[in-house]
Amino acid sequence: MTDTALPSSAPAAAKVETPFQRFRAEFFESRIAATAFVVLVIIVLLAILAPWITPQNPYDLAQVDVLDGRLPPGSEAFAGYTMWLGSDGAGRDLYSAILYGLRISISVGLASGVIALIIGMTVGLIAAYAGGRTEAIIMRVVDLQLSFPASLVALMLVAALGKGVDKIILALVVAQWAYYARTVRATALVERGKEYVEAAQCLGLSRSRVVFRHILPNCLAPLIVVGTVQTAHAVSLEATLSFLGVGLPQTEPSLGVLIANGFEYMLSGRYWISVFPGIALLLTVASINLVGDQLRDVLNPRLKK
Amino acid sequence: MTAPLVEIRDVSKRFAKRLDVAGKIAQKLGAGAREEVVHAVDEVNLEVNEGEVLGLVGESGCGKSTLGRVVAGIHAPTSGQLLFQGNDVASMSGTDRRAATLAIQMIFQDPFASLNPRMRVEDIIGEAPRVHGIVSRSEASDYVDDIMRKVGLDPSLKRRYAHQFSGGQRQRIGIARALAVKPKFLVCDEAIAALDVSIQAQVINLFMDLREEFGLTYLFISHDLSVVEHIADRVAIMYLGRIVESASTEEIFSAPRHPYTKALLAEAPRLDQRKRDFAPIEGEIPSPLNPPDGCFFNPRCPHAQDLCRADQPKLETIGPGHTVACHYWQDT
Repeated sequence: MTDTALPSSAPAAAKVETPFQRFRAEFFESRIAATAFVVLVIIVLLAILAPWITPQNPYDLAQVDVLDGRLPPGSEAFAGYTMWLGSDGAGRDLYSAILYGLRISISVGLASGVIALIIGMTVGLIAAYAGGRTEAIIMRVVDLQLSFPASLVALMLVAALGKGVDKIILALVVAQWAYYARTVRATALVERGKEYVEAAQCLGLSRSRVVFRHILPNCLAPLIVVGTVQTAHAVSLEATLSFLGVGLPQTEPSLGVLIANGFEYMLSGRYWISVFPGIALLLTVASINLVGDQLRDVLNPRLKK
Repeated sequence: MTAPLVEIRDVSKRFAKRLDVAGKIAQKLGAGAREEVVHAVDEVNLEVNEGEVLGLVGESGCGKSTLGRVVAGIHAPTSGQLLFQGNDVASMSGTDRRAATLAIQMIFQDPFASLNPRMRVEDIIGEAPRVHGIVSRSEASDYVDDIMRKVGLDPSLKRRYAHQFSGGQRQRIGIARALAVKPKFLVCDEAIAALDVSIQAQVINLFMDLREEFGLTYLFISHDLSVVEHIADRVAIMYLGRIVESASTEEIFSAPRHPYTKALLAEAPRLDQRKRDFAPIEGEIPSPLNPPDGCFFNPRCPHAQDLCRADQPKLETIGPGHTVACHYWQDT
């Protein structure tokens, strides 16, 4: 045996790029995606820091003065601070309300996204690995679920369950788990047929170990992509429900509630009440989607140059 | 005489495409939909004795990989038995069964698909011994180093992922993964077919070194006759899911009896016959969905007669360790 097989001559031993470094470089190649990522980081930071950087807590009725209602952008509130984005009909400072609304919208979107991901992932993996009747039953339920528009399912559920953050998260999970299940099943089916899975079976590893340690890590790339896009969907779906008046209560305004509140004033020229929360929602959903698109491009090896 | 290390008895593996609801309705209504069954492996008997290398040769699609996977315990046979040291693996209890599973390991053809891309080399090699308690957690690292050295890999590379290695190195990782559970028997499924010729020789030499060091027994599946001639003690020729001839390597190569074996050997490229034209075996391998009546080889056999088209020949022993399935083996 010659020594050429000994990996002292291993490829590029000098500069070993970690997978994460390569991923980061490829992600930021697109200027649009980089901008969207920065915008998203700023939005999330604003939402997290809202209580410390806003002049008013819109949930605290003691701080909201009805006499400040419907003031245009730049007016001075009774309490003395400037309302750079104006105020809504109840006298809430829009800048504060938007940041607090972002907090709710993003946390509802994330929570429902993560829960739906965990449920859908588990169900999809079981379907792919079990096969046969189990798979047929699970996938027909998924088909049934996906044949209804997500907004319709969520609307019916919220109408039945009532208002509240927990109920809307539940409705969004029910409306969205099927997307994850279908994605995971499709990828897991491909992975299950590969030889490394046969090798793991041959090594006498348990079923759950093969599914969760071997197959699942190889299904993560599409899951991350679907997860990002579905979180954006969840945010806009929650806004839709709130706008229709079946989502979150008036006392805890999310972006959808704020837009709905300003809707009736649009024709009277008080555009700011709806438009500024609308822009915040647009920026949030668009930046999550753009980040998701770029993730898809980077994580899909077939699109690699 | 002791029992062979691994024996398969009347093993068949059928893959059925079951009818779905639409198909069943179509069948009720008289449309020609029916269940399609592929006999990938059809009542095969094989014995592999301890320390031996059995070569399994056949064209693409003849079922040799399926047979290898049945032996390695990846596919359960549809019928028939897999015996390890004389005991039926299917009827073994938990611990014995695990021991038998681990004792038979497989080396795969594709060194890219057979290694988990999300695992580091140390985990690929070290996972199974750790899970099965072959080594303790604290010794696992040294154990992996040791095995990597034995297959000719530098242990300092064990934190890398499989994609950072070349094809030959990946195949060594696959071999190390199998060796880590201390097997007695290796099924090599076209284990060198995907490698460059120069690397092929290295990997074959590695197999032979390991055979001596660990007393390994091999089922060496290949379509490459020259490789099989080089390393096998005995050769079995497979055609459309059945063994058509088996004998010691010298006998197969010097005195083949089955027309299919003869045709295969005649077409194998050899250094002393560089200038001659090759006449490939006429026709295609028949579809295993719809095999011909009688001898499966009859549509392509130059000696086929009426009996061959009507009656399936059985394997008969025609000499010490030499079996052949042909009605006219004496005449050909």
